[in-house]
Amino acid sequence: MSTVAIDKAGPSRKVKYGSMSRDRAWALRWSYFFLVLFAIFFLTPPVYMLITSLKSSAEISAATNPWWVFHPTLSNYVELLTSNQFLRFFWNSSIVAIVVVIITMLISIPAAFALARMKFWGSATLATGVFLTYLIPDSLLFIPLFKMLAVIQDLTGITLLNRWYVLLFIYPTLTVPFCTWIMIGYFASIPKELDEAALIDGASWLQTLTRIFIPVALPGLIAATIFAFTVSWAQFLYPLVFTTSVDQLVLPVGITTTLIKGDVFNWGQIMTGALLGAAPPLIIYAFLMDYYIAGLTAGATKG
Amino acid sequence: MADVSLRKVIKRYDDVEAVRGIDLDIADHEFIVLVGPSGCGKSTTLRMIAGLEDISDGDIMIGGDVVNDVPPKDRDIAMVFQNYALYPHMTVAENMSFGLRLKHYPKAEIKARVTEAARLLDITDLIDRKPKQLSGGQRQRVAMGRAIVRNPKVFLFDEPLSNLDAKLRVQMRIEIKKVHQKVRTTTVYVTHDQVEAMTLADRVVVMNKGRIEQIGTPNELYHKPATRFVAGFIGSPAMNFIPCRLEDVAGKLQIRLTDRIAFALPPARAARYNALPRNDKLVLGIRPEHLTESHAHLGPGIETFETVLDVIEPMGMETLVYFGLEGTPVCGRVNPNAGATDGAPMRLAMDLNNMHLLNEETGAVL
Repeated sequence: MSTVAIDKAGPSRKVKYGSMSRDRAWALRWSYFFLVLFAIFFLTPPVYMLITSLKSSAEISAATNPWWVFHPTLSNYVELLTSNQFLRFFWNSSIVAIVVVIITMLISIPAAFALARMKFWGSATLATGVFLTYLIPDSLLFIPLFKMLAVIQDLTGITLLNRWYVLLFIYPTLTVPFCTWIMIGYFASIPKELDEAALIDGASWLQTLTRIFIPVALPGLIAATIFAFTVSWAQFLYPLVFTTSVDQLVLPVGITTTLIKGDVFNWGQIMTGALLGAAPPLIIYAFLMDYYIAGLTAGATKG
Repeated sequence: MADVSLRKVIKRYDDVEAVRGIDLDIADHEFIVLVGPSGCGKSTTLRMIAGLEDISDGDIMIGGDVVNDVPPKDRDIAMVFQNYALYPHMTVAENMSFGLRLKHYPKAEIKARVTEAARLLDITDLIDRKPKQLSGGQRQRVAMGRAIVRNPKVFLFDEPLSNLDAKLRVQMRIEIKKVHQKVRTTTVYVTHDQVEAMTLADRVVVMNKGRIEQIGTPNELYHKPATRFVAGFIGSPAMNFIPCRLEDVAGKLQIRLTDRIAFALPPARAARYNALPRNDKLVLGIRPEHLTESHAHLGPGIETFETVLDVIEPMGMETLVYFGLEGTPVCGRVNPNAGATDGAPMRLAMDLNNMHLLNEETGAVL
């Protein structure tokens, strides 16, 4: 009897394993199906931009297949890259994004360190407060901010409105809260004993931050840097409101205001400008992707 | 090197007193182990010596200087943590030299000290590795190396072996003892493991509920516990506590355990306990090794009784026998060849020369 029972147990177990792998195969098929679907959905606009950027204005307005380039030309690229105006936008955008990233890091790293580690009265409330400020949309903030800057300009006589550098003060209101929040999570995931060991080894708070916390939380730091850069690079509403002269514009606003003249849309150049504008964040993502993902997941599980 | 003194040290968290007035004098070169159950205040005490916790009241002195308000880095101490707390982005050598580099020691001296410490701990080959490439035991060695290179006045160990497996723990225990024999630095070591405490310490401090129960050499604690807590905490399996009372029978003092079992006390014990009131509720404390199988040639003060065993645990070199005395569970240690069997009757011998008598209410050993 017992042998029969064992014989029966054999195949029934195999079937179980088989069904397990079959489940997995189906899960994979569904995953791929949706991944491909999403890839098509999200990649169509950039591909369309690339196609359009390679066409002349005549071909764009001609009634041919919009998904194919019959007479490819680089004239849009040449025109933009030799246009002082476009290069000026690019330069403004770069300098604003880079300086904002630096300002953001200089503020949010020490802030996060203090909020995560130096338990002082109200630190927990302050940490939540920092995050809440991030939740206020910029469309609510731009009018009061504009008023504020106008008052400061009147009082001090320093020209702030319609200057690209005003963005250096405004963007951090978007980037600092979120970056601080990310970094608090990272710093909190570092074991307490590590800073105690550093403290006993003779490190000051600043040395603990620079020599232990920053290197250990580097993935989080990079995630925060990428976030700050992307936000400042792609911000549209604030520069649209605060800068108007052509030489003060940043890329997103510059492209839309100078390449659309009245009701004439210079589609070829708009698409080329948008593509060129998307390049820097893309390059940064590509280089720091591994760190970025490691950073996000580590923050998710430990923070 | 230095001595360490605690004077009426108190630690309060809001309204809770974690440490309730501790007095402790640690001599130069001494290896002191703070031991006790979770939440007894031993780690808090260590962290107050380190300067990682402020003290609420009292004084802590290192090398004669009051250090109450001195930050950790200026106390000249080194600490080894339970989870090692190695800097993950630095190599072993960088981890060990971090403190010296912060103090701007000359490079040649740093190198010499690191090399010497690595040699002492047998980690010379690992010097260029990162912590994640090391095993638990190796990490703990590096953590000790980081403490040694600083050549501090005091070493502080916070449960350094708790994260290691049983075998490695025994190995590292011996390592730590060897290192202390070589460097002779004053050491305060916290553990909840009484075996670690007994094997490592020059003197053991047993703590319970924020107070010191007893300070003494491992032998003193084992043979002359001051309280029921110490008697029960030190030793494995733990000391048996059996309710009892004293009786005078025919001019002799005897101890009654059950209606059936009563033993005449040996003369030395009888003299010691004679003054005690006869009606007090008392507890007999007897270690399992003083409850053995009965045999033909029993010395004076050893009394036998018959019991039925509940369970036996053969350990190889000995067999633990468990039985009940009027509902009180009791453990004895018998020879593996003595024929102990589950559920079987057995005649056991109790060595009353090594008994303890405790007051049931106060827990004091009489």
